[in-house]
Amino acid sequence: MTEPILQARDLVKRFGEFNAVDGVSFSVDPGESFGFLGPNGAGKTSTMRMISAVSQPTAGSLSVFGLDPRTHGPEIRGRIGVVPQEDTLELELSVRLNLEMFGRYFDIPRAILRERAIDLLAFTQLSERADDRVEDLSGGMKRRLTIARALINQPEILILDEPTTGLDPQARHLLWDRLYRLKREGVTLIITTHYMDEAEQLCDRLVVMDHGTIVASGTPRELITHHSTREVVELRFNTDSHDGYHDRLAPFAQRLEVLPDRVLLYVDEGDETLRRIHEHQITPMSALVRRSSLEDVFLRLTGRTLVD
Amino acid sequence: MLTRTLPRFGSRRSLRVFERNLTVYRSQWLMLISGFFEPLFYLLSIGLGLNHLVGPLRVGGHVVSYATFVAPGMLATSAMNGAMIDTIFNTFFRLKISHSYDAILSTPLDVTDVALGEVWWALARAGAYGASFIVCMVLLGDAGSAWVALCWPAAILTSLTFSAIGLAACTYVRSWQDFDLVTLVQLPIFLFSATFFPISLYPHWLGAIVAISPLYQSAALLRGLSLGVFQWVMLGRIAYLVVLALVGLRVAANRFRRILVP
Repeated sequence: MTEPILQARDLVKRFGEFNAVDGVSFSVDPGESFGFLGPNGAGKTSTMRMISAVSQPTAGSLSVFGLDPRTHGPEIRGRIGVVPQEDTLELELSVRLNLEMFGRYFDIPRAILRERAIDLLAFTQLSERADDRVEDLSGGMKRRLTIARALINQPEILILDEPTTGLDPQARHLLWDRLYRLKREGVTLIITTHYMDEAEQLCDRLVVMDHGTIVASGTPRELITHHSTREVVELRFNTDSHDGYHDRLAPFAQRLEVLPDRVLLYVDEGDETLRRIHEHQITPMSALVRRSSLEDVFLRLTGRTLVD
Repeated sequence: MLTRTLPRFGSRRSLRVFERNLTVYRSQWLMLISGFFEPLFYLLSIGLGLNHLVGPLRVGGHVVSYATFVAPGMLATSAMNGAMIDTIFNTFFRLKISHSYDAILSTPLDVTDVALGEVWWALARAGAYGASFIVCMVLLGDAGSAWVALCWPAAILTSLTFSAIGLAACTYVRSWQDFDLVTLVQLPIFLFSATFFPISLYPHWLGAIVAISPLYQSAALLRGLSLGVFQWVMLGRIAYLVVLALVGLRVAANRFRRILVP
């Protein structure tokens, strides 16, 4: 049994009367990649800030590398890398200097930083932009530089708060590829995201947060098995309102959801269900059978109502 | 060890913030150089220009030229402007636009290190600019006596006081528009602090108000030192500037903590 690298018990973060994080417990093993899923305002970022020993927990216990962030903040921060939600690069400095200066905060000698900067720029495909000012970089490049910067102290834990929000698909895939490589090198990854595909791609295990609490946890597959069905049938009918189909379709599905533009049937055998529906003379305008995804789990657990 | 026993005052890690500022300003060397030309502009424009229009003045039993009278006031003003511009504008930028401090706080440094690092920076900058100002004063013959050397630590104290006030003030700035308010406060301080003429020219009630101005206290202190006229009241002026600096730093540190690590 390895000791968890990160452990939280009944963790609370309160701002005035508002509990941003309301008693969460989890533990992460070394080398694992662990995800926090949840809508905006679920308490993910507040949790990240406590883990990274930046903001103090209001209550509960937290241990990182077996140390208490309340008393060993500088030591913990020296061993983790943080990729914040918003880029916090030094706009007036060059790409290379951003890395080298950041490394100085960790008391790393300049000669070593020069070498590490070269390696990290190659790793994040930014070598050609080394001497450009950060202001001139694209969004994806800034994001990669932020990741390179977070790696300058060779962290054992890398914390990524919505790492790919706002990036185009090419940039996202390049980032995912780099995160895979880090994981293979043994870096523990802590990721928050509201992209389900990202969570499925990157996370060994994850928790779903809503209103400051953990509402579900497990591997992506476990979550789908427990909180959804194997497959989903999406049906569209030629009508202004799909409400009328609820009662007619309910017998075919374990669970059914009527949306303004379509009906979702949660089932184990999608093709079989579709065949039986056709047998009953129900003819949708279009029909799609797909595997259940984390998105279905997410929407089921946190609801479809807009939260911001 | 220092961090654990004295967490409220920052640690030697604060020197990294100084290093950061130096790194950033090195890429803006033109701005850094301009700070050394500033004293020449001040002394030549106001000192030389008005010196011919305004006759000699009596200060504490000494008769001095107007240029000699006004130079310490200009030194105080230059220390104030340098400190206010650097803290209010640049610190606001780091705090709320580029979020540099948020990045720094994810490293072993903490809020007290950041605040202390900015103080180191303010002191070093004040030391360099203050020294160059005093050298210019001596070269242009505007120094009242050899005691002018004591203006150096006094100018550094002035910068520290205004840096502390600026650090505290910048945490209340919400957007660039609010800088108009800063100008609104800074301009009358500059114009009414008896930096260009003796405070005795004011009516009594106005003189009492002006005495509150840290710029007046600094200018009066520097003037005394430059002329080698020592009075007990100068200790009071030093104490006033020190207290303002400490209060400013205290407020700044609390506000930084509130904004950066809620």
